[in-house]
Amino acid sequence: MLKGKTALVTGGSRGIGRAICLELARQGANIAFVYAGNEQKAEETLGMLRETGVSAGAYRCNVADFAATEQLVRDVTADFGSVDLLINNAGATRDKLCMRMSEQDFDDIIAVDLKGAFNLIRHTSAAFLRKRAGRIVNITSVAGLMGNPGQANYAAAKAGLVGLTKTIAKEMGSRGITCNAVAPGFIRTDMTAVLSEQMLAGAEQAIPLRRIGEPEDIAAVVAFLCSDGAAYITGQVIQVDGGLRM
Amino acid sequence: MTTFETIAKLIAETKDMDVSGIKPENTFADLGLDSLDVAELVMNMEDELGVTIEISPALKTVQDVVTLVDEQKK
Repeated sequence: MLKGKTALVTGGSRGIGRAICLELARQGANIAFVYAGNEQKAEETLGMLRETGVSAGAYRCNVADFAATEQLVRDVTADFGSVDLLINNAGATRDKLCMRMSEQDFDDIIAVDLKGAFNLIRHTSAAFLRKRAGRIVNITSVAGLMGNPGQANYAAAKAGLVGLTKTIAKEMGSRGITCNAVAPGFIRTDMTAVLSEQMLAGAEQAIPLRRIGEPEDIAAVVAFLCSDGAAYITGQVIQVDGGLRM
Repeated sequence: MTTFETIAKLIAETKDMDVSGIKPENTFADLGLDSLDVAELVMNMEDELGVTIEISPALKTVQDVVTLVDEQKK
């Protein structure tokens, strides 16, 4: 159980992030989640979290903004007393073939998906260090492990998260702080809702477990990595993809 | 309290050691501080002394840090 712990979850208003917030809350953690701009979804998530009985707060912040994330961590720490679990889930896509991808397309996605995680780790690590405790889970993607046509920016950012994860695991491990990554495959979210039925059907055929995953499939693994049972796991990339990539 | 005394006190707290065993000429390695310990020590010094310290490989001994802090306090 995670009672008394506070989780900071980025990209928490919908999709996988929402499922992570709800699962951690179900296990007793207080939840501070970050959203980029969808007020309506954030309100919905906040309502769902409060029904579970934990303390919850929604924070609007662009995770790509170094100074803004510093203030965010300060605000969450003031509101909740501490941050114990950091889940870097915020992510965006802007799919195009590399030859048609603009500099802006590339930079924007790297800024949110990769630098966003760095920013949050950077601003929470001193407190983790002092406490000699802390769990960091970065949500990467199988796209970062196997590549994916049309996702040069996204796959590069997600592969970058793997290097970030392993480095943090090595830097902070001696203080009992773990850092792991979870790599989802095809999961039913707004991000995959834009894919054609035909493409999703094709994906299903490539997945040994023959189904598109649900956000809850990811949330369960994230919650495990935050639990006492995962104390001896660090620097790992756990694929939750129905066997898509082996 | 002199800058050295303050820093020695912070090191002693960080590593749970006797403050009397800390000399200006000691390197952090001598005192058993690894890079994370030094980072933590610097954070604590910044809080306590109101200075900003850039961690660099040039900071080897306790005196190196004392000098840096005293320069900033001038």
